Amino acid sequence: MHTEFTVVEGDFANAGKASSEIKKTLKQLNIDNQKIKKIVVAVYEAEVNAIAHAYGGTIFVDLDEEKICVLIKDKGPGIPDIARAMEKGFSTASAKVREMGFGAGMGLPNIKNNVDELDIQTEVGVGTEIKMIVNFNS
Amino acid sequence: MNENYFYHALRINHKICFGCTLCMRNCPTEAIRVRNGKATIYENKCVDCGECYKVCPSGAVYVAEDDFQSIYNFKHRVVLMPSVFLGQFPEDIKASQVYSVITEIGFNHVFEVEASAFLHTILSNKYIREHETKKPLISTFCPAIVRLIQVKFPALVDNLIPIKAPVDFTAIYIRKKLIEEGANPEDIGIFYITPCAAKIAATKSPVGEDVSTVDGVLNMDTMYNIVLKEIKQKKEFNKKITANNDVTSDCVIFSLTNGERRLNNFKKSFAIDEIHNVIEFLERVEDDDIEDLDFLELRACDESCAGGILTCGNRFLINDRMMQRAKKLAERERNGETSRRKAIMNEREYLTQNSHVGKIKPRSMMVLDEDRSVAFQKLTRIKEIESKLPHTDCNVCGAPSCHALAEDVAFDRANMTDCVFMQRNLEKRGSLKVEESVEIMKNIWGEDKLKDYILNK
Repeated sequence: MHTEFTVVEGDFANAGKASSEIKKTLKQLNIDNQKIKKIVVAVYEAEVNAIAHAYGGTIFVDLDEEKICVLIKDKGPGIPDIARAMEKGFSTASAKVREMGFGAGMGLPNIKNNVDELDIQTEVGVGTEIKMIVNFNS
Repeated sequence: MNENYFYHALRINHKICFGCTLCMRNCPTEAIRVRNGKATIYENKCVDCGECYKVCPSGAVYVAEDDFQSIYNFKHRVVLMPSVFLGQFPEDIKASQVYSVITEIGFNHVFEVEASAFLHTILSNKYIREHETKKPLISTFCPAIVRLIQVKFPALVDNLIPIKAPVDFTAIYIRKKLIEEGANPEDIGIFYITPCAAKIAATKSPVGEDVSTVDGVLNMDTMYNIVLKEIKQKKEFNKKITANNDVTSDCVIFSLTNGERRLNNFKKSFAIDEIHNVIEFLERVEDDDIEDLDFLELRACDESCAGGILTCGNRFLINDRMMQRAKKLAERERNGETSRRKAIMNEREYLTQNSHVGKIKPRSMMVLDEDRSVAFQKLTRIKEIESKLPHTDCNVCGAPSCHALAEDVAFDRANMTDCVFMQRNLEKRGSLKVEESVEIMKNIWGEDKLKDYILNK
């Protein structure tokens, strides 16, 4: 089952739309509540990343009986140093973004902690693709 | 008790219902459909919030109640009166008059429910402090909220505080007192005056419990009528009876919004009333979106129990009367005219031993099937059906939304051809006759609405 969501740059007001739709769907499949929470947190973080750092993007969700695969594609600035971006507390967020309560530098580490597989493809000046997979049986 | 059995006090009188869809459109859990021209309730989705009762223009939605005469099945007849009952009466009627009349219409004892609210608060706060990891802890005071969480937010069931409601504590206390005074347990009949349908449902099939603490429930509007009529017709009052001083000033307003919240001092807590507001907030809580949340007081009705569907009069006026009463009581407490220490606290130990409710289990209405693979097939089918529907949410199919129809079709409770847009398309193709469409509509809306009024004119 395939679904897509558009993420608009700077639109923090609507952050969470994709994760909350995904939650609604997963609740119907009798999936463990803790697992749903993890997925929601990971997708939400990725949504906020795309809103804050990239120039918006698209979220592709593919769902089957065994797993959920979420791909977030943006045409943003790319991540110059993935290793640093994965460090807790490291953030390149602007003062404006931090003022809004985002940009604590927990985004990528938080995603990693909540998913089974995480794959980041990024190219500076071109964009970033974050692919995350959560298996329902694991 | 059968786990699938849940008593519902909300009923629809099919003789009065004319299938207007207002209840269906306002139901927060999409539990209502129109069939054969009448509103019908999916019992496993209903949480007894009473929104349907509030909006019904014809009075077809009603609240089942115990027969008043059933109080005479008992020798010792006790009435448990929530503070909100006193708030119904105009300012010129005194609490002592209400107490006095109640004892004259058949009851031997009157006791105010909120007498135990203080102890309830102590035990809840203790539980909250001891269960830091389960935060936020959610009050179980409002039974419609407990049921809402069971069916719609199963992930939050463990956050519910498993402590009995004040009405249960007070009932347990009185039963003990009467038995100590020599009453035969079988002769004791404890009746609760309820401001809403959810409290009836909670009493008839208590969540997490097998037996109810009360023997019967009387609807607040019925009792209001009986008591007010007596007061109006009376010239003199039995002077001997004065209002009991069972309740402290802060507990008199326990059932109002903020009533519980103001009795604790957690860093971050919210008091939210009105079921749609509650749902909106719980969606956020479920996502762990709000940090360091300690406690939630959630009530299904706007203005909490003052807005209960069985209350009489305007909820803001009721609220104000209760606040005034609390103020007066507080003044008397300050002047030393009445003690804040009430007799019920002498039974603290006994009540504490009986304070916990059993396990509150989720009973999700969201899960399409226990088996994930079947659920996934159903989900795929619902999405497929939904994509063919017009997304107008026009209600003409007898369901509250296109999504609800898609779900009903996937579960064989409805047909795709119930959709009027589908019918037109099929007629255009020639695969459905107009007569067949009319038949379908008759099944949903009843014969009457499909009468040929134009020709008859």
